[in-house]
Amino acid sequence: MIRSLPRSRGYTMGYGLYVTLYFVFLFAPLAVTCVLAFNDSQFPSLPWKGFTLDWFLADLPARTGIFHDRGNLSSIFTSAQTAILVSVLATLVGTCAAFLFEQEEFPLKGALYFLMLAPLVVPGVILGISILIAATTAGTFTEDVLGIDVGILRPGFWLVVLGQFSFITTFVTLVVSARLKKFDRTLEEAALNLGATRLEVIRYITLPFLRTAIIGAGAVAFLMSFENFNTTLFLVGSEPTLPINLYLQVRDGSTPVINAISFLLIVGTSLVACVNLYAGRKTEAS
Amino acid sequence: MSAAPHAASGPSAPLKSGPGMRLTLALFLTPVVLWLGLLIVLPHLDLLIMSFRMDPAFGDEGWSLENYHQFFAEPIYWLTFVRTAGYSVLVTLLTFLVSLPVAFYVTKVVARNTSRFLLTMLLLPFWVSELVRVYGWMILLRESGVLNHWLMALGITGAPVEMLYNDATMIMGLVYTSMLFMVVPLVSVLESLDDSLIEAACDLGAGPWTIMRTIVVPHCMPGIVSGGIVVFMLTLGNYLTPNLMGGKNSLWFTEQIYNQFIASFNWNQGAAFGFLLLALSSCIIWLGLRLTGQKLSRVVQ
Repeated sequence: MIRSLPRSRGYTMGYGLYVTLYFVFLFAPLAVTCVLAFNDSQFPSLPWKGFTLDWFLADLPARTGIFHDRGNLSSIFTSAQTAILVSVLATLVGTCAAFLFEQEEFPLKGALYFLMLAPLVVPGVILGISILIAATTAGTFTEDVLGIDVGILRPGFWLVVLGQFSFITTFVTLVVSARLKKFDRTLEEAALNLGATRLEVIRYITLPFLRTAIIGAGAVAFLMSFENFNTTLFLVGSEPTLPINLYLQVRDGSTPVINAISFLLIVGTSLVACVNLYAGRKTEAS
Repeated sequence: MSAAPHAASGPSAPLKSGPGMRLTLALFLTPVVLWLGLLIVLPHLDLLIMSFRMDPAFGDEGWSLENYHQFFAEPIYWLTFVRTAGYSVLVTLLTFLVSLPVAFYVTKVVARNTSRFLLTMLLLPFWVSELVRVYGWMILLRESGVLNHWLMALGITGAPVEMLYNDATMIMGLVYTSMLFMVVPLVSVLESLDDSLIEAACDLGAGPWTIMRTIVVPHCMPGIVSGGIVVFMLTLGNYLTPNLMGGKNSLWFTEQIYNQFIASFNWNQGAAFGFLLLALSSCIIWLGLRLTGQKLSRVVQ
Protein backbone atom coordinates (compact mmCIF):
# COMPACT_ATOMS: atom_id res chain seq x y z
CA MET A 1 0.00 0.00 0.00
CA ILE A 2 2.64 2.51 1.04
CA ARG A 3 6.40 2.54 0.87
CA SER A 4 6.89 0.83 4.24
CA LEU A 5 4.52 -2.02 3.46
CA PRO A 6 4.97 -5.00 1.15
CA ARG A 7 3.13 -4.58 -2.12
CA SER A 8 2.03 -7.03 -4.77
CA ARG A 9 3.73 -6.73 -8.14
CA GLY A 10 0.52 -6.08 -9.98
CA TYR A 11 -0.32 -3.22 -7.64
CA THR A 12 3.09 -1.58 -8.03
CA MET A 13 3.10 -1.91 -11.80
CA GLY A 14 -0.49 -0.84 -12.30
CA TYR A 15 -0.02 2.17 -10.05
CA GLY A 16 3.26 3.11 -11.70
CA LEU A 17 1.62 2.91 -15.11
CA TYR A 18 -1.23 5.17 -14.01
CA VAL A 19 1.15 7.82 -12.68
CA THR A 20 3.30 7.62 -15.81
CA LEU A 21 0.22 8.16 -17.96
CA TYR A 22 -0.75 11.08 -15.74
CA PHE A 23 2.61 12.72 -16.31
CA VAL A 24 2.38 12.12 -20.06
CA PHE A 25 -1.06 13.74 -19.99
CA LEU A 26 0.38 16.62 -17.95
CA PHE A 27 3.30 17.37 -20.21
CA ALA A 28 2.09 16.31 -23.66
CA PRO A 29 0.54 19.66 -24.69
CA LEU A 30 3.54 21.63 -23.41
CA ALA A 31 6.08 19.35 -25.06
CA VAL A 32 4.27 19.37 -28.40
CA THR A 33 4.00 23.16 -28.33
CA CYS A 34 7.71 23.54 -27.64
CA VAL A 35 8.82 21.03 -30.28
CA LEU A 36 6.67 22.52 -33.03
CA ALA A 37 8.16 25.95 -32.40
CA PHE A 38 11.25 24.61 -34.18
CA ASN A 39 9.53 22.87 -37.09
CA ASP A 40 10.41 24.23 -40.54
CA SER A 41 6.78 24.43 -41.67
CA GLN A 42 4.21 27.16 -42.21
CA PHE A 43 1.79 25.47 -39.79
CA PRO A 44 2.25 24.26 -36.22
CA SER A 45 1.63 20.63 -37.14
CA LEU A 46 3.45 17.49 -38.20
CA PRO A 47 5.09 16.16 -40.40
CA TRP A 48 8.49 17.25 -39.18
CA LYS A 49 10.24 19.19 -41.94
CA GLY A 50 13.49 19.95 -40.23
CA PHE A 51 14.83 22.18 -37.50
CA THR A 52 14.65 25.95 -37.85
CA LEU A 53 14.95 29.04 -35.71
CA ASP A 54 12.90 31.06 -38.22
CA TRP A 55 9.94 31.44 -35.85
CA PHE A 56 12.22 33.26 -33.46
CA LEU A 57 14.65 35.13 -35.70
CA ALA A 58 13.40 35.41 -39.27
CA ASP A 59 12.27 38.70 -40.76
CA LEU A 60 10.85 37.59 -44.10
CA PRO A 61 7.50 38.41 -45.72
CA ALA A 62 6.29 34.83 -45.30
CA ARG A 63 7.79 34.31 -41.89
CA THR A 64 8.11 36.86 -39.15
CA GLY A 65 9.86 35.48 -36.09
CA ILE A 66 8.81 36.62 -32.66
CA PHE A 67 11.77 38.97 -32.28
CA HIS A 68 10.55 40.96 -35.30
CA ASP A 69 6.83 40.66 -34.69
CA ARG A 70 5.82 44.21 -33.75
CA GLY A 71 2.33 43.37 -32.44
CA ASN A 72 3.39 40.54 -30.19
CA LEU A 73 6.49 42.32 -28.95
CA SER A 74 4.49 45.35 -27.92
CA SER A 75 1.94 43.17 -26.12
CA ILE A 76 4.79 41.46 -24.25
CA PHE A 77 6.03 44.91 -23.29
CA THR A 78 2.55 45.95 -22.11
CA SER A 79 2.22 42.75 -20.08
CA ALA A 80 5.63 43.28 -18.48
CA GLN A 81 4.79 46.88 -17.56
CA THR A 82 1.45 45.80 -16.09
CA ALA A 83 3.00 42.92 -14.19
CA ILE A 84 5.77 45.04 -12.68
CA LEU A 85 3.33 47.70 -11.52
CA VAL A 86 0.83 45.15 -10.20
CA SER A 87 3.43 43.14 -8.34
CA VAL A 88 4.93 46.24 -6.69
CA LEU A 89 1.52 47.59 -5.65
CA ALA A 90 0.19 44.21 -4.54
CA THR A 91 3.33 43.49 -2.53
CA LEU A 92 3.14 46.85 -0.76
CA VAL A 93 -0.54 46.64 0.12
CA GLY A 94 -0.44 42.89 0.75
CA THR A 95 2.37 43.31 3.27
CA CYS A 96 0.41 46.07 5.00
CA ALA A 97 -2.61 43.75 5.11
CA ALA A 98 -0.52 40.91 6.56
CA PHE A 99 0.70 43.21 9.36
CA LEU A 100 -2.83 44.48 9.88
CA PHE A 101 -4.41 41.05 10.27
CA GLU A 102 -1.57 39.40 12.18
CA GLN A 103 -0.43 42.14 14.54
CA GLU A 104 -3.14 44.75 15.00
CA GLU A 105 -6.41 44.66 16.90
CA PHE A 106 -9.34 46.78 15.77
CA PRO A 107 -13.13 46.60 15.61
CA LEU A 108 -14.69 44.58 12.77
CA LYS A 109 -11.42 42.78 12.11
CA GLY A 110 -13.23 39.52 11.35
CA ALA A 111 -15.46 41.16 8.76
CA LEU A 112 -12.54 42.87 7.06
CA TYR A 113 -10.61 39.59 7.00
CA PHE A 114 -13.54 37.89 5.35
CA LEU A 115 -13.67 40.67 2.75
CA MET A 116 -9.96 40.25 2.11
CA LEU A 117 -10.58 36.56 1.31
CA ALA A 118 -13.54 37.34 -0.97
CA PRO A 119 -11.50 37.77 -4.19
CA LEU A 120 -10.48 34.11 -3.86
CA VAL A 121 -14.05 32.95 -4.38
CA VAL A 122 -15.20 35.59 -6.86
CA PRO A 123 -14.74 34.37 -10.45
CA GLY A 124 -12.27 36.52 -12.36
CA VAL A 125 -14.82 37.37 -15.03
CA ILE A 126 -17.15 38.84 -12.39
CA LEU A 127 -14.33 40.86 -10.87
CA GLY A 128 -13.57 42.20 -14.34
CA ILE A 129 -17.13 43.28 -15.17
CA SER A 130 -17.81 44.81 -11.77
CA ILE A 131 -14.65 46.91 -11.93
CA LEU A 132 -15.52 47.89 -15.49
CA ILE A 133 -19.02 48.96 -14.40
CA ALA A 134 -17.77 50.84 -11.33
CA ALA A 135 -15.09 52.66 -13.30
CA THR A 136 -17.61 53.65 -15.95
CA THR A 137 -20.04 54.88 -13.29
CA ALA A 138 -17.27 56.89 -11.67
CA GLY A 139 -16.16 58.22 -15.05
CA THR A 140 -19.67 59.34 -15.98
CA PHE A 141 -20.01 60.96 -12.56
CA THR A 142 -16.78 62.96 -12.80
CA GLU A 143 -17.61 64.03 -16.32
CA ASP A 144 -21.25 65.04 -15.67
CA VAL A 145 -20.86 66.56 -12.23
CA LEU A 146 -17.30 67.82 -12.12
CA GLY A 147 -16.76 68.25 -15.83
CA ILE A 148 -13.44 66.40 -15.75
CA ASP A 149 -12.68 63.59 -18.15
CA VAL A 150 -10.64 61.04 -16.23
CA GLY A 151 -8.86 58.82 -18.73
CA ILE A 152 -7.82 56.28 -16.10
CA LEU A 153 -11.45 55.23 -15.68
CA ARG A 154 -11.81 54.09 -19.29
CA PRO A 155 -10.80 50.53 -20.25
CA GLY A 156 -7.04 50.49 -20.74
CA PHE A 157 -3.72 50.06 -19.02
CA TRP A 158 -4.64 51.53 -15.62
CA LEU A 159 -7.93 49.70 -15.32
CA VAL A 160 -6.15 46.43 -16.08
CA VAL A 161 -3.62 47.23 -13.35
CA LEU A 162 -6.40 47.98 -10.83
CA GLY A 163 -8.38 44.89 -11.79
CA GLN A 164 -5.43 42.54 -11.42
CA PHE A 165 -4.23 44.27 -8.26
CA SER A 166 -7.66 43.76 -6.65
CA PHE A 167 -7.30 39.99 -6.42
CA ILE A 168 -3.55 39.39 -6.57
CA THR A 169 -3.12 41.37 -3.33
CA THR A 170 -5.10 38.67 -1.53
CA PHE A 171 -2.53 36.05 -2.54
CA VAL A 172 0.34 38.25 -1.39
CA THR A 173 -1.44 38.83 1.93
CA LEU A 174 -1.86 35.10 2.51
CA VAL A 175 1.78 34.29 1.67
CA VAL A 176 3.22 37.06 3.84
CA SER A 177 0.77 36.30 6.68
CA ALA A 178 1.83 32.66 6.71
CA ARG A 179 5.43 33.73 7.28
CA LEU A 180 4.51 36.42 9.80
CA LYS A 181 2.67 33.81 11.89
CA LYS A 182 6.01 32.11 12.53
CA PHE A 183 7.62 35.31 13.79
CA ASP A 184 8.69 35.25 17.43
CA ARG A 185 7.06 38.35 18.91
CA THR A 186 9.37 38.40 21.93
CA LEU A 187 11.99 39.80 19.54
CA GLU A 188 9.74 42.80 18.98
CA GLU A 189 9.13 43.23 22.67
CA ALA A 190 12.84 43.14 23.34
CA ALA A 191 13.44 45.87 20.76
CA LEU A 192 10.60 47.97 22.17
CA ASN A 193 12.02 47.56 25.66
CA LEU A 194 15.38 48.71 24.39
CA GLY A 195 13.77 51.93 23.18
CA ALA A 196 12.92 51.31 19.52
CA THR A 197 9.73 52.76 18.15
CA ARG A 198 7.13 50.52 16.53
CA LEU A 199 8.16 51.65 13.05
CA GLU A 200 11.83 51.01 13.81
CA VAL A 201 10.94 47.52 14.99
CA ILE A 202 9.16 46.83 11.73
CA ARG A 203 11.96 48.35 9.65
CA TYR A 204 14.89 46.60 11.33
CA ILE A 205 13.43 43.40 12.74
CA THR A 206 10.17 42.26 11.19
CA LEU A 207 10.75 43.23 7.56
CA PRO A 208 14.17 41.52 7.30
CA PHE A 209 12.52 38.41 8.75
CA LEU A 210 9.82 38.60 6.06
CA ARG A 211 12.17 39.44 3.20
CA THR A 212 12.18 36.10 1.36
CA ALA A 213 8.42 35.68 1.77
CA ILE A 214 7.85 39.16 0.34
CA ILE A 215 10.16 38.56 -2.62
CA GLY A 216 8.52 35.19 -3.27
CA ALA A 217 5.06 36.72 -3.10
CA GLY A 218 6.18 39.47 -5.47
CA ALA A 219 7.41 36.88 -7.98
CA VAL A 220 4.12 34.99 -7.79
CA ALA A 221 2.22 38.26 -8.19
CA PHE A 222 4.30 39.06 -11.28
CA LEU A 223 3.49 35.70 -12.88
CA MET A 224 -0.20 35.87 -11.98
CA SER A 225 -0.46 39.31 -13.49
CA PHE A 226 1.53 38.42 -16.59
CA GLU A 227 -0.73 35.46 -17.31
CA ASN A 228 -4.07 36.81 -16.24
CA PHE A 229 -6.81 36.47 -18.79
CA ASN A 230 -10.29 36.43 -17.23
CA THR A 231 -10.21 39.75 -15.40
CA THR A 232 -8.12 41.50 -18.04
CA LEU A 233 -10.48 40.49 -20.86
CA PHE A 234 -13.07 43.06 -19.82
CA LEU A 235 -10.74 45.87 -18.82
CA VAL A 236 -8.34 45.90 -21.73
CA GLY A 237 -8.29 48.91 -24.05
CA SER A 238 -6.42 49.45 -27.29
CA GLU A 239 -3.17 47.96 -25.96
CA PRO A 240 -3.77 44.25 -25.41
CA THR A 241 -1.68 42.30 -22.91
CA LEU A 242 0.08 39.18 -24.15
CA PRO A 243 -2.58 36.61 -23.10
CA ILE A 244 -5.33 38.66 -24.75
CA ASN A 245 -3.28 39.16 -27.90
CA LEU A 246 -2.44 35.44 -28.06
CA TYR A 247 -6.08 34.54 -27.52
CA LEU A 248 -7.15 36.69 -30.47
CA GLN A 249 -4.53 35.01 -32.68
CA VAL A 250 -5.36 31.47 -31.53
CA ARG A 251 -9.06 32.08 -32.11
CA ASP A 252 -8.49 33.20 -35.68
CA GLY A 253 -5.98 30.55 -36.67
CA SER A 254 -2.46 29.76 -35.68
CA THR A 255 1.10 30.17 -36.84
CA PRO A 256 4.26 28.71 -35.33
CA VAL A 257 5.02 32.19 -33.94
CA ILE A 258 2.50 31.37 -31.19
CA ASN A 259 4.54 28.24 -30.47
CA ALA A 260 7.68 30.32 -30.29
CA ILE A 261 6.08 32.70 -27.78
CA SER A 262 4.73 29.75 -25.82
CA PHE A 263 8.18 28.20 -25.77
CA LEU A 264 9.66 31.41 -24.35
CA LEU A 265 6.85 31.63 -21.80
CA ILE A 266 7.29 28.01 -20.71
CA VAL A 267 11.06 28.41 -20.33
CA GLY A 268 10.72 31.79 -18.60
CA THR A 269 8.05 30.77 -16.11
CA SER A 270 9.82 27.49 -15.34
CA LEU A 271 12.96 29.43 -14.47
CA VAL A 272 11.08 31.83 -12.19
CA ALA A 273 9.22 28.91 -10.63
CA CYS A 274 12.42 26.95 -9.98
CA VAL A 275 14.15 29.94 -8.41
CA ASN A 276 11.07 30.53 -6.29
CA LEU A 277 10.82 26.90 -5.17
CA TYR A 278 14.53 26.79 -4.40
CA ALA A 279 14.40 30.03 -2.38
CA GLY A 280 11.29 28.85 -0.55
CA ARG A 281 12.95 25.58 0.40
CA LYS A 282 16.03 27.37 1.69
CA THR A 283 13.88 29.58 3.91
CA GLU A 284 12.02 26.58 5.24
CA ALA A 285 15.26 24.84 6.04
CA SER A 286 16.78 27.78 7.93
CA MET B 1 9.01 57.30 22.62
CA SER B 2 9.15 53.83 24.07
CA ALA B 3 5.78 52.25 24.47
CA ALA B 4 7.26 49.31 26.29
CA PRO B 5 4.71 46.63 27.12
CA HIS B 6 6.87 45.75 30.06
CA ALA B 7 4.79 44.37 32.83
CA ALA B 8 1.71 42.47 31.84
CA SER B 9 2.23 41.04 28.42
CA GLY B 10 3.27 37.44 28.01
CA PRO B 11 5.17 36.31 24.93
CA SER B 12 2.14 36.06 22.68
CA ALA B 13 -0.16 38.73 24.16
CA PRO B 14 -0.87 41.63 21.81
CA LEU B 15 1.32 44.67 22.26
CA LYS B 16 -0.20 47.49 24.27
CA SER B 17 -1.50 50.45 22.34
CA GLY B 18 0.28 53.75 22.51
CA PRO B 19 0.65 56.69 20.13
CA GLY B 20 3.07 54.68 17.99
CA MET B 21 0.63 51.81 17.83
CA ARG B 22 -2.19 54.07 16.65
CA LEU B 23 0.07 55.42 13.90
CA THR B 24 0.99 51.97 12.59
CA LEU B 25 -2.62 50.83 12.77
CA ALA B 26 -3.61 53.79 10.59
CA LEU B 27 -0.66 53.13 8.30
CA PHE B 28 -1.71 49.52 7.72
CA LEU B 29 -5.45 50.04 7.78
CA THR B 30 -5.68 52.86 5.22
CA PRO B 31 -4.35 51.06 2.12
CA VAL B 32 -6.24 47.89 2.99
CA VAL B 33 -9.55 49.69 3.46
CA LEU B 34 -9.00 51.64 0.24
CA TRP B 35 -8.23 48.42 -1.65
CA LEU B 36 -11.20 46.46 -0.33
CA GLY B 37 -13.62 49.36 -0.33
CA LEU B 38 -12.89 50.81 -3.75
CA LEU B 39 -12.00 47.68 -5.69
CA ILE B 40 -14.10 44.96 -4.06
CA VAL B 41 -17.13 46.34 -2.22
CA LEU B 42 -18.09 49.31 -4.41
CA PRO B 43 -17.78 47.50 -7.78
CA HIS B 44 -19.90 44.60 -6.59
CA LEU B 45 -22.55 46.95 -5.21
CA ASP B 46 -22.54 48.75 -8.53
CA LEU B 47 -22.90 45.41 -10.31
CA LEU B 48 -25.93 44.60 -8.18
CA ILE B 49 -27.52 48.03 -8.72
CA MET B 50 -26.91 47.90 -12.44
CA SER B 51 -28.56 44.49 -12.72
CA PHE B 52 -31.81 45.96 -11.35
CA ARG B 53 -31.91 48.83 -13.83
CA MET B 54 -32.96 48.99 -17.43
CA ASP B 55 -30.67 50.00 -20.20
CA PRO B 56 -31.52 53.64 -21.01
CA ALA B 57 -31.53 52.70 -24.70
CA PHE B 58 -34.28 50.12 -24.12
CA GLY B 59 -36.75 52.29 -22.25
CA ASP B 60 -37.18 54.13 -18.96
CA GLU B 61 -34.41 54.33 -16.43
CA GLY B 62 -36.21 53.06 -13.35
CA TRP B 63 -35.74 50.03 -11.11
CA SER B 64 -36.87 46.82 -12.68
CA LEU B 65 -36.60 43.07 -12.51
CA GLU B 66 -36.67 42.86 -16.29
CA ASN B 67 -33.07 41.64 -16.60
CA TYR B 68 -33.76 38.71 -14.28
CA HIS B 69 -37.07 38.07 -15.99
CA GLN B 70 -35.24 37.86 -19.33
CA PHE B 71 -32.96 35.22 -17.87
CA PHE B 72 -35.85 32.93 -17.00
CA ALA B 73 -37.86 33.76 -20.11
CA GLU B 74 -35.15 32.79 -22.59
CA PRO B 75 -34.33 29.06 -22.36
CA ILE B 76 -30.92 29.64 -23.98
CA TYR B 77 -29.88 31.70 -20.96
CA TRP B 78 -30.98 29.49 -18.12
CA LEU B 79 -30.13 26.28 -19.96
CA THR B 80 -26.57 27.54 -20.38
CA PHE B 81 -26.54 28.44 -16.71
CA VAL B 82 -27.71 24.99 -15.60
CA ARG B 83 -25.34 23.26 -18.00
CA THR B 84 -22.39 25.32 -16.79
CA ALA B 85 -23.21 24.55 -13.16
CA GLY B 86 -23.72 20.83 -13.84
CA TYR B 87 -20.54 20.50 -15.86
CA SER B 88 -18.58 22.39 -13.21
CA VAL B 89 -19.67 19.89 -10.56
CA LEU B 90 -18.76 17.03 -12.90
CA VAL B 91 -15.35 18.55 -13.62
CA THR B 92 -14.70 18.99 -9.88
CA LEU B 93 -15.54 15.32 -9.23
CA LEU B 94 -13.43 14.07 -12.14
CA THR B 95 -10.53 16.24 -11.08
CA PHE B 96 -10.69 14.77 -7.59
CA LEU B 97 -10.81 11.19 -8.88
CA VAL B 98 -7.86 11.76 -11.21
CA SER B 99 -5.76 13.64 -8.67
CA LEU B 100 -6.13 11.58 -5.50
CA PRO B 101 -4.15 8.54 -6.71
CA VAL B 102 -1.39 10.83 -8.00
CA ALA B 103 -1.18 12.81 -4.76
CA PHE B 104 -1.13 9.57 -2.78
CA TYR B 105 1.57 8.11 -5.00
CA VAL B 106 3.79 11.15 -4.73
CA THR B 107 3.51 11.48 -0.95
CA LYS B 108 3.22 7.88 0.24
CA VAL B 109 4.33 5.34 -2.34
CA VAL B 110 7.58 6.48 -3.98
CA ALA B 111 10.89 6.88 -2.18
CA ARG B 112 11.30 10.20 -0.40
CA ASN B 113 13.86 11.82 -2.69
CA THR B 114 11.90 10.85 -5.80
CA SER B 115 8.88 12.34 -4.10
CA ARG B 116 10.49 15.80 -3.96
CA PHE B 117 11.37 15.66 -7.64
CA LEU B 118 7.92 14.42 -8.72
CA LEU B 119 6.29 17.16 -6.70
CA THR B 120 8.32 19.83 -8.48
CA MET B 121 7.38 18.26 -11.81
CA LEU B 122 3.71 18.30 -10.83
CA LEU B 123 3.90 21.98 -9.99
CA LEU B 124 5.74 23.16 -13.09
CA PRO B 125 2.85 23.27 -15.62
CA PHE B 126 0.81 25.13 -13.00
CA TRP B 127 3.00 28.17 -13.61
CA VAL B 128 2.53 28.20 -17.35
CA SER B 129 -0.27 30.35 -18.71
CA GLU B 130 -3.59 28.61 -19.22
CA LEU B 131 -3.67 29.91 -22.77
CA VAL B 132 -0.45 28.09 -23.64
CA ARG B 133 -1.80 24.85 -22.20
CA VAL B 134 -5.08 25.12 -24.10
CA TYR B 135 -3.18 25.96 -27.26
CA GLY B 136 -1.07 22.84 -26.74
CA TRP B 137 -4.21 20.72 -26.62
CA MET B 138 -5.54 22.41 -29.72
CA ILE B 139 -2.51 21.56 -31.84
CA LEU B 140 -2.57 18.02 -30.44
CA LEU B 141 -6.22 17.27 -31.05
CA ARG B 142 -7.44 19.21 -34.03
CA GLU B 143 -8.12 17.72 -37.44
CA SER B 144 -4.64 18.51 -38.74
CA GLY B 145 -3.18 17.90 -35.30
CA VAL B 146 -0.33 15.81 -34.00
CA LEU B 147 -2.47 13.00 -32.66
CA ASN B 148 -4.30 12.57 -35.97
CA HIS B 149 -0.98 12.54 -37.78
CA TRP B 150 0.21 9.66 -35.63
CA LEU B 151 -3.07 7.76 -35.77
CA MET B 152 -2.96 7.91 -39.54
CA ALA B 153 0.73 7.01 -39.70
CA LEU B 154 -0.02 3.93 -37.59
CA GLY B 155 -2.95 3.09 -39.82
CA ILE B 156 -5.50 3.22 -37.01
CA THR B 157 -7.69 5.73 -38.79
CA GLY B 158 -7.91 6.32 -42.51
CA ALA B 159 -9.07 9.92 -42.44
CA PRO B 160 -8.40 12.61 -39.82
CA VAL B 161 -10.93 12.77 -36.98
CA GLU B 162 -11.92 16.12 -35.51
CA MET B 163 -11.36 15.67 -31.78
CA LEU B 164 -11.77 19.28 -30.77
CA TYR B 165 -15.00 21.23 -30.37
CA ASN B 166 -17.14 18.80 -28.43
CA ASP B 167 -18.25 18.50 -24.83
CA ALA B 168 -16.01 15.58 -23.90
CA THR B 169 -12.86 17.36 -25.06
CA MET B 170 -13.95 20.53 -23.32
CA ILE B 171 -14.41 18.63 -20.05
CA MET B 172 -11.02 16.98 -20.48
CA GLY B 173 -9.50 20.44 -21.01
CA LEU B 174 -11.21 21.83 -17.93
CA VAL B 175 -9.99 18.89 -15.82
CA TYR B 176 -6.49 19.38 -17.20
CA THR B 177 -6.51 23.10 -16.41
CA SER B 178 -7.71 22.64 -12.86
CA MET B 179 -6.15 19.39 -11.65
CA LEU B 180 -3.08 21.06 -10.23
CA PHE B 181 -5.28 23.08 -7.90
CA MET B 182 -6.56 19.78 -6.55
CA VAL B 183 -3.21 17.98 -6.35
CA VAL B 184 -1.49 20.69 -4.28
CA PRO B 185 -3.93 20.78 -1.33
CA LEU B 186 -4.20 16.97 -1.43
CA VAL B 187 -0.43 16.60 -1.25
CA SER B 188 -0.23 18.96 1.68
CA VAL B 189 -2.89 17.11 3.73
CA LEU B 190 -1.45 13.72 2.80
CA GLU B 191 1.96 14.83 4.03
CA SER B 192 0.45 15.34 7.47
CA LEU B 193 -1.06 11.84 7.51
CA ASP B 194 1.04 9.57 9.71
CA ASP B 195 2.18 6.47 7.80
CA SER B 196 1.83 4.36 10.94
CA LEU B 197 -1.95 4.76 10.82
CA ILE B 198 -1.99 3.05 7.44
CA GLU B 199 0.48 0.42 8.65
CA ALA B 200 -1.68 -0.29 11.69
CA ALA B 201 -4.79 -0.64 9.56
CA CYS B 202 -2.95 -2.99 7.24
CA ASP B 203 -1.70 -5.09 10.17
CA LEU B 204 -5.27 -5.35 11.43
CA GLY B 205 -6.29 -6.80 8.09
CA ALA B 206 -7.80 -3.85 6.21
CA GLY B 207 -7.55 -3.96 2.43
CA PRO B 208 -6.46 -0.98 0.29
CA TRP B 209 -10.05 -0.02 -0.43
CA THR B 210 -11.02 0.03 3.28
CA ILE B 211 -7.90 2.01 4.15
CA MET B 212 -8.73 4.58 1.47
CA ARG B 213 -12.31 4.93 2.60
CA THR B 214 -11.89 4.93 6.37
CA ILE B 215 -8.47 6.54 6.88
CA VAL B 216 -7.14 8.44 3.88
CA VAL B 217 -10.27 10.20 2.64
CA PRO B 218 -11.52 11.34 6.09
CA HIS B 219 -8.05 12.67 6.90
CA CYS B 220 -7.88 14.49 3.56
CA MET B 221 -11.25 16.20 3.93
CA PRO B 222 -9.85 19.73 4.48
CA GLY B 223 -7.68 19.38 1.38
CA ILE B 224 -10.52 17.89 -0.65
CA VAL B 225 -12.82 20.76 0.30
CA SER B 226 -10.30 23.49 -0.42
CA GLY B 227 -9.23 21.87 -3.69
CA GLY B 228 -12.85 21.30 -4.63
CA ILE B 229 -13.78 24.92 -3.98
CA VAL B 230 -10.90 26.29 -6.02
CA VAL B 231 -11.50 23.88 -8.90
CA PHE B 232 -15.24 24.51 -8.94
CA MET B 233 -14.80 28.26 -8.91
CA LEU B 234 -12.13 28.27 -11.60
CA THR B 235 -14.19 25.98 -13.81
CA LEU B 236 -17.38 27.96 -13.38
CA GLY B 237 -15.58 31.20 -14.19
CA ASN B 238 -13.46 29.79 -16.99
CA TYR B 239 -13.76 31.46 -20.36
CA LEU B 240 -10.76 30.31 -22.38
CA THR B 241 -11.17 26.54 -22.32
CA PRO B 242 -14.88 26.33 -23.21
CA ASN B 243 -14.42 29.07 -25.78
CA LEU B 244 -11.45 27.50 -27.55
CA MET B 245 -12.09 23.78 -27.03
CA GLY B 246 -15.88 23.57 -26.81
CA GLY B 247 -18.10 23.35 -29.86
CA LYS B 248 -20.82 25.63 -31.12
CA ASN B 249 -23.29 23.90 -28.82
CA SER B 250 -21.17 23.90 -25.69
CA LEU B 251 -21.77 27.49 -24.67
CA TRP B 252 -20.46 28.41 -21.23
CA PHE B 253 -22.20 30.97 -19.04
CA THR B 254 -19.17 33.26 -18.97
CA GLU B 255 -19.48 33.47 -22.76
CA GLN B 256 -23.07 34.68 -22.31
CA ILE B 257 -21.77 37.39 -19.99
CA TYR B 258 -19.08 38.32 -22.48
CA ASN B 259 -21.61 38.47 -25.31
CA GLN B 260 -23.89 40.77 -23.34
CA PHE B 261 -21.03 43.11 -22.48
CA ILE B 262 -18.98 43.16 -25.63
CA ALA B 263 -21.30 42.07 -28.46
CA SER B 264 -24.80 43.26 -27.48
CA PHE B 265 -23.51 46.09 -25.32
CA ASN B 266 -26.37 45.44 -22.90
CA TRP B 267 -24.46 45.97 -19.66
CA ASN B 268 -27.53 45.75 -17.45
CA GLN B 269 -28.37 42.29 -18.74
CA GLY B 270 -24.71 41.29 -18.41
CA ALA B 271 -24.65 42.59 -14.84
CA ALA B 272 -27.66 40.45 -13.97
CA PHE B 273 -25.93 37.40 -15.49
CA GLY B 274 -22.75 38.21 -13.60
CA PHE B 275 -24.62 38.52 -10.35
CA LEU B 276 -26.38 35.20 -10.92
CA LEU B 277 -23.05 33.50 -11.55
CA LEU B 278 -21.60 35.07 -8.42
CA ALA B 279 -24.64 33.98 -6.39
CA LEU B 280 -24.35 30.43 -7.73
CA SER B 281 -20.65 30.12 -6.96
CA SER B 282 -21.10 31.60 -3.47
CA CYS B 283 -24.02 29.24 -2.74
CA ILE B 284 -22.18 26.12 -3.81
CA ILE B 285 -19.04 27.12 -1.92
CA TRP B 286 -21.10 27.86 1.18
CA LEU B 287 -22.88 24.52 0.81
CA GLY B 288 -19.58 22.70 0.41
CA LEU B 289 -18.18 24.32 3.55
CA ARG B 290 -21.39 23.68 5.45
CA LEU B 291 -21.69 20.00 4.53
CA THR B 292 -18.15 19.29 5.62
CA GLY B 293 -18.16 21.63 8.61
CA GLN B 294 -15.22 23.77 7.47
CA LYS B 295 -14.45 27.45 7.71
CA LEU B 296 -13.37 29.48 4.69
CA SER B 297 -10.46 31.03 6.57
CA ARG B 298 -9.13 27.57 7.46
CA VAL B 299 -9.61 26.16 3.99
CA VAL B 300 -7.56 28.84 2.23
CA GLN B 301 -4.52 28.39 4.44
